[in-house]
Amino acid sequence: METAVIYSIKPLLAISVSLIAGLLIFLTGERSRNLRESWTILASVIKFTIIASMVPSILAGNVIEYTIISIAPGMLLQFRVDALGIFFAITASFLWIITSFYSIGYVRAMKEHAQTRYFICFAIALSATIGVAFSANLFTTFLFYEIITLSTYPLVAHKETPEAMKGARKYVTYLLGTSIAFQLFAIFLTYSAAGTLDYSYAGIFNSVRGNGVSDTFLIVTFILFMAGITKAGMMPFHSWLPAAMVAPTPVSALLHAVAVVKTGVFVVVKVVLHIFGINLLSQLGLGTALAYFASFTIIVASTIALRQDNLKARLAYSTVSQLSYIILGVALLTPSGITGSVMHIVLHAFGKISLFFAAGAIYVATHKTKVSELDGIGKQMPFTMAAFTLGAISMIGLPPLGGFLSKWFLGIGAIEAGQIPIIIVIATSTILNACYFLPIIYRAFFKEAADSTDKTPSIKEAPPLMVGALVLTASGAVALFFKPSLFLDLARMVTASVTGVN
Amino acid sequence: MIQHAPVLIIILPLMASLINLIIGMWRKRLCYPLTVAALSACVLLSFAMLNTVIDHGNITYRLGGWAPPWGIAYLIDHLNAFMLVIVSFISLVVAVYSRVSIEKDMPKKINQFYTLFLLLVTGLLGILATGDAFNLFVFLEISSLAGYALIAVGDDRAPLASFNYVIMGTIGACFYLLGVGYLYIATGSLNMADLSGLLPDLYGSKVVIGAFAFMMVGVAIKMAFFPLHKWLPDAYTHAPSAVSAFVASAMTKVGAYVMIRIMFTVFKPYFSIEVIPASAILGWLAVAAMLFGCIRALAQTDVKRMLSYIIIAEVGYIVMGLSVGNRMGFQGAVLHILNDAFMMACLFLAAGAIEYKTGTRNVHNFSNLYKKMPVTIIAFTVGGLSIVGIPPTCGFFSKWYLVLGAIESQQWVFAATLLISSLLTAVIFFKILVRIYFGNSNENESSNPVFNEAPLSMLFPICIMAAGVLTLGFFSGKIISSVIQFTVPGSF
Repeated sequence: METAVIYSIKPLLAISVSLIAGLLIFLTGERSRNLRESWTILASVIKFTIIASMVPSILAGNVIEYTIISIAPGMLLQFRVDALGIFFAITASFLWIITSFYSIGYVRAMKEHAQTRYFICFAIALSATIGVAFSANLFTTFLFYEIITLSTYPLVAHKETPEAMKGARKYVTYLLGTSIAFQLFAIFLTYSAAGTLDYSYAGIFNSVRGNGVSDTFLIVTFILFMAGITKAGMMPFHSWLPAAMVAPTPVSALLHAVAVVKTGVFVVVKVVLHIFGINLLSQLGLGTALAYFASFTIIVASTIALRQDNLKARLAYSTVSQLSYIILGVALLTPSGITGSVMHIVLHAFGKISLFFAAGAIYVATHKTKVSELDGIGKQMPFTMAAFTLGAISMIGLPPLGGFLSKWFLGIGAIEAGQIPIIIVIATSTILNACYFLPIIYRAFFKEAADSTDKTPSIKEAPPLMVGALVLTASGAVALFFKPSLFLDLARMVTASVTGVN
Repeated sequence: MIQHAPVLIIILPLMASLINLIIGMWRKRLCYPLTVAALSACVLLSFAMLNTVIDHGNITYRLGGWAPPWGIAYLIDHLNAFMLVIVSFISLVVAVYSRVSIEKDMPKKINQFYTLFLLLVTGLLGILATGDAFNLFVFLEISSLAGYALIAVGDDRAPLASFNYVIMGTIGACFYLLGVGYLYIATGSLNMADLSGLLPDLYGSKVVIGAFAFMMVGVAIKMAFFPLHKWLPDAYTHAPSAVSAFVASAMTKVGAYVMIRIMFTVFKPYFSIEVIPASAILGWLAVAAMLFGCIRALAQTDVKRMLSYIIIAEVGYIVMGLSVGNRMGFQGAVLHILNDAFMMACLFLAAGAIEYKTGTRNVHNFSNLYKKMPVTIIAFTVGGLSIVGIPPTCGFFSKWYLVLGAIESQQWVFAATLLISSLLTAVIFFKILVRIYFGNSNENESSNPVFNEAPLSMLFPICIMAAGVLTLGFFSGKIISSVIQFTVPGSF
């Protein structure tokens, strides 16, 4: 496949459109809520359109480049849109549109305070997410990575209760602390050893290994990277994610199931494929080590999820576990593993956002947060719980839902790598997923409500904006099973670019 | 015209200072415009000189036409042209800012204030412009004496703080003078370029080594380098806010400049690195400075005091960059002089505006300040993020070079300490910023905070500094390739 580099300002536009929206939201403020919200909607639609307009060109095998400024040799503020970047960007920006509607329904129903701040931070966080997706080098990635942390802090602390402040403090301590202490250090080491930070398909360390760069150095750098990209939620640096659940549910849904955490795994994938390269990692045996580390997280996080009574906490641990699937897939360093890993970015996103949307809808309609309170809720909120069920099945990984596809590829990837224990891990985790999701569905549909004085509870759903959003994402999860072609093509392109195997 | 610039940039503020004193007796209102005009001229001159140096190379000026080494020569190269721009620019910004705060603090003594302020600027610019080791001492004393007086007019505890500073500063000046004296005994010359040529033959001499040690200790006191920093936190905390903003951003940096001159111009780099282990000692002291400064800053509740301790850490950064002895580290150190001057000015000016409006420096009283003074607070946030080193603020970029320099020399402890101190500053600023933006959730503030922003003459300089902090980083590559790379000693 011929790769042509197209120079276009589109990546910058896609990033800045929500920044401009943030400014407009600030200027509009509380004066006119409808006008303010229309900025969010408008920005999300424009953003998605711009990103979608780049897809055909990427599918044709091109990459789109745009350099803002070259600060110093090897240190550029540069964007390069490739298959992986557009894959992540399109997922995040599409879900932002839906989340925007859901958010509006949620904050209005809950009569949240500081709504202007909420929407501004949301817009900035999305800008930075696309910034990470399109970044051409580690420096640009790091810049936007930090902006995400800072712009989501006010969202986590939104309620401003002591509990929220505590959660937010933990959030920022983990994310900012490790990124400065480990990730930045790893970036410094990379730059001083390789002299560049540009992502390359072969891995930039591949060419310098042996030229004064010892294996110990590479291993240390790799560990620093993995410890520093805390947004990926790998154990032992995962506990910021459950702590971040104090945020309003739309934040948890888009940011802590899609944008923020996927940024983490996205950067891990970038580091594995483009900084170290699969050859180097398999020679050093680091791929296998990472795979087992991820496996540990998958199993342990699922086990912890079993015991969570708070619905959002259970979902958070489920996210921790599912994120490690993505890391596991790429750590296998085999074509199917990488494809499965990339696919899981979108498949998990649709499934998990439906689950969070459902949790938020339940909270808005009934103010219930605990799993043990959900008896009989299926009769009261049929649409919400139906969407929840679909999301859960996708998480477990059963057909006909999208989640099945990525597990399928991951399984094949494990066989290709000759790692039979990994298959056992995937199977065990599937069982654990079922164990923590099915009881919720069982309670919702088959148990009678504890305080059911009237035998036929009337339907009492959340506001239509919210229900519409969650029905849409859940149907998306189904649709992705039947028509995954766009995403699958992009994922295969990612695989082909690093392995040469289509 | 441009060949006279090196001396004009000193004479201008000096004359303005004297005129201020005289016209202030009749019309106090003229002092402010006169000061601003004089400093604007300095800024223009400094930029003109920087341009000339970039395009045509060094500028030499012989006072009275006497040829060196007998006469005093001013030599402007890339390093001091760069420093002159920083110091004159910051002095102008602070002068613009000072109007309302000085009218509030000392309405009767406006002319005296501006006289002293201009003298301080004269001294600092003189230190930078001169190419003569003894002349440097003279300007050092001019700036210090003006500084003592300016600090002493601060709050109730300022006279004591200033007195401590006088004692320490005088000891520092004596040390420096002793060193210069020893060099004169050994070589018979005071001209830096001349000394640089004469000294290598005498590097074995105990007199020369002693002179180096004396000068370094003297400068270390002046720049508040750990463990000789004791005077700084008190002095900078209790000084009037305009004064602390200027001395915090300019004075320690000028000290760092003198250190660079001694280590790498008067003495050859191989003397400071190999003949005696000066740079190794400085490097480890810098590590201590970074940790000490940040840890002490953690415990402070007075915002100016906290910033003062951070300065001690920042001085550590600069010295660390000098000590690693390679191109990267040196460039990082020089770049950090610029960035730190901007960050510190931004933070101190913002803190001054907060004190002006709310009457408090205690961070516990900063709850919900964002709603009262949003512009000031955003500037403060930008400065804080820059100290932590979050891109795209400029603090990130100098740290970038400093850490790479440390890694290049395999000084892992230096690199790690720099990152640890970044983490500590992150803790410091997050604690404050959370209070400012979210208030204290424990206390129920019934009174709704109302918009009550500082006057425009304060806000404008603050915004200029914040904008500088935000944008300078993007030009670091350009600044390095057009100016800083020429300041690096040849042997690196």
